[in-house]
Amino acid sequence: MSASDDVVIVYVPRDSAAKSVGADAVAAGIAAAADRPVHVVRNGSRGMLWLEPMVEVSTPAGRVAYGPVAPHDVEGLIAAGMLDGAEHPLRLGPTEEIAWLRDQTRVTFARVGVVDPLSAEDYAAHGGLAGLRRALSLTPAEVVAEVTESGLRGRGGAGFPAGIKWKTVLGAESELKFVCCNADEGDSGTFADRMLMEGDPFTLIEGMTIAAWAVGASEGYIYVRSEYPDAVDTLRAAIDTARAHGWLGKRVLDHDFSFDLFVRVGGGAYICGEETSMLDSLEGKRGMVRAKPPIPALEGLFGKPTVVNNVLTLGSVPMILADGAEAFAAHGVGRSRGTQVFQLGGNIAQGGIVETAFGITLGELVDGYGGGTRSGRPVRAVQVGGPLGAYLPTSQFDLPMDYEAFAAAGAMVGHGGVVVFDDTVDMAGQARFAMEFCAAESCGKCTPCRVGAVRGVEVIDRIVAGENRSANLKLLNDLCHLMTEGSLCAMGGLTPMPVKSALAHFPGDFGTTTEEKR
Amino acid sequence: MPILHAVMEDMGYVDPAAIPILAEELNLSRADVHGVVTFYHDFRQTPPGRTTVRICRAEACQAVGGRTLEERAKTRLGVGFGETTDDGAVSLEQVFCFGNCAIGPTVQVDERLYGRVSPEQLDHLLEVTA
Ligand SMILES: Cc1cc2nc3c(=O)[nH]c(=O)nc-3n(C[C@H](O)[C@H](O)[C@H](O)COP(=O)(O)O)c2cc1C
Ligand code: SF4
Ligand code: FES
Repeated sequence: MSASDDVVIVYVPRDSAAKSVGADAVAAGIAAAADRPVHVVRNGSRGMLWLEPMVEVSTPAGRVAYGPVAPHDVEGLIAAGMLDGAEHPLRLGPTEEIAWLRDQTRVTFARVGVVDPLSAEDYAAHGGLAGLRRALSLTPAEVVAEVTESGLRGRGGAGFPAGIKWKTVLGAESELKFVCCNADEGDSGTFADRMLMEGDPFTLIEGMTIAAWAVGASEGYIYVRSEYPDAVDTLRAAIDTARAHGWLGKRVLDHDFSFDLFVRVGGGAYICGEETSMLDSLEGKRGMVRAKPPIPALEGLFGKPTVVNNVLTLGSVPMILADGAEAFAAHGVGRSRGTQVFQLGGNIAQGGIVETAFGITLGELVDGYGGGTRSGRPVRAVQVGGPLGAYLPTSQFDLPMDYEAFAAAGAMVGHGGVVVFDDTVDMAGQARFAMEFCAAESCGKCTPCRVGAVRGVEVIDRIVAGENRSANLKLLNDLCHLMTEGSLCAMGGLTPMPVKSALAHFPGDFGTTTEEKR
Repeated sequence: MPILHAVMEDMGYVDPAAIPILAEELNLSRADVHGVVTFYHDFRQTPPGRTTVRICRAEACQAVGGRTLEERAKTRLGVGFGETTDDGAVSLEQVFCFGNCAIGPTVQVDERLYGRVSPEQLDHLLEVTA
């Protein structure tokens, strides 16, 4: 940022969530109404999404935040002296001191909202490339060991240890290997991948480059869902900049190491988030799920050894290399190490990004950070881990966010999405939707998933209508069992999770009689 | 797929008549290309309306009134999801999540995303497009 002293730097997020509530108009309004020279930086979002558009002004005492700023607030704010950080009803105080943000542990999201996402200078000035530089000073095997020791597990849903996957790819003999980033983020209630790509794309690029060095890959792909056009544009621009700076290309950071990176856009199919379906889609085919083995680490993209990791997994790697495995592993509980980027959405008063160590309870997230519902009514159910995740009642709010604790409770952490519903929710309707979604998004390969989901919708309708309740409840249970056992992937395999949890915790919503649950 | 996305961008849809040409260019069978076009929700085979309105139907938006918006848009436009109004003005589409789940319900009109959409705002968006 080379703005001279008399130019005021103002930050207005470019994040698509901020734009959806008017950030572009606010940015234009500030540029037009300012009574002195301003330099408007379009940063990522700090993640306090209920405060968007959140404007920050650079003052001698640090950045001061205002929000939520509507376009028609701008003139009044400028008149009140916003450019000097002056008082105003919308003034939130120094950004870093806002309790919601201050109490988090931002590791993967350390730079999001702080930097100009497309400024290479800003990136380097905020610790960027330190991880890659250190990685290149180590052998690939040492890098893999470091990632293994950090305890980093896949953030895409399954929680598989990243280091072990990388080790397999490193050990595979092949002239050609790939690193693929899964940026399909199809789960409802999740948006952390998007916000990292829009708010700090160089971190993902750096993480993928480190992965490539660690496993001996020369080419990488980022598979981004088509619902995220802004992320696609930001990534493409950042990749061009990275190439121009020698961070990608024939000689990465002047080392004898060549790596290049490309963005591919999905086609609006949820199943393409499943890694083998994604690989088929990257090859230009229909996104059908492949049977495993062979695992992608050995036979992935075009049959070559391939690392497939989620955006947040790869985005955590630069920090791990820069600060060391121990620093990362120092956070968390049990076998869930490091921080997780939780996403609070749905009917929530204070929705957004909460990055914190594993082990925080569900209640601390929903009632604490989230501040309860947006509607002001009582919370009734919370769905954790996307459309295939369980619905939990408030009686389970003391559950710690940790892969094993959730699995033990018949639920999953997944990609860290937490979707809140108030007491107006109809849980039979939510169970029906889970089946409907599976029917719509199934790749069609296995019968239990393809046909079972369609039948599931019908059966739930009959239960709610009170037709042959006990027989149909048994049928639903059998159907769920069949889908769990007979599906190739988690689409069919986990759809029963939201259905059965809704039935178990909220039986009263499924018609009148509640006595028999089998 | 990058080619199909480019076709979508230029034409707004993938004309079934173009499939044999694409197949030849790419050295694939027609069935292969057809299979890909039909697998992905993004590739439509009929011309879209002048404006496309997409409504998020996923859980986080359901929790804040998304279903009301779905019904309202269908009634107002007189079409279902995947359909275009008779005058060719508006296509209505369903989307499962825009990643805007903290400040839903979410509606997209052509390229522009709108968060915290109230029923009144939806009416306004539909009026402007009609
Ligand atoms: C139906 C289905 C959808 C999935 N969607 C995603 C997704 O959107 N993003 C993602 O990273 N992983 C998704 N996964 C998980 C991937 O298959 C895979 O485990 C992950 O990309 C591996 O990366 P990680 O180890 O870094 O998590 C999905 C899995 C299934 C079965
Ligand atoms: S479970 Fe469903 S989505 Fe998964 S492979 Fe089988 S048919 Fe496809
Ligand atoms: S659920 Fe509607 S934007 Fe995510």
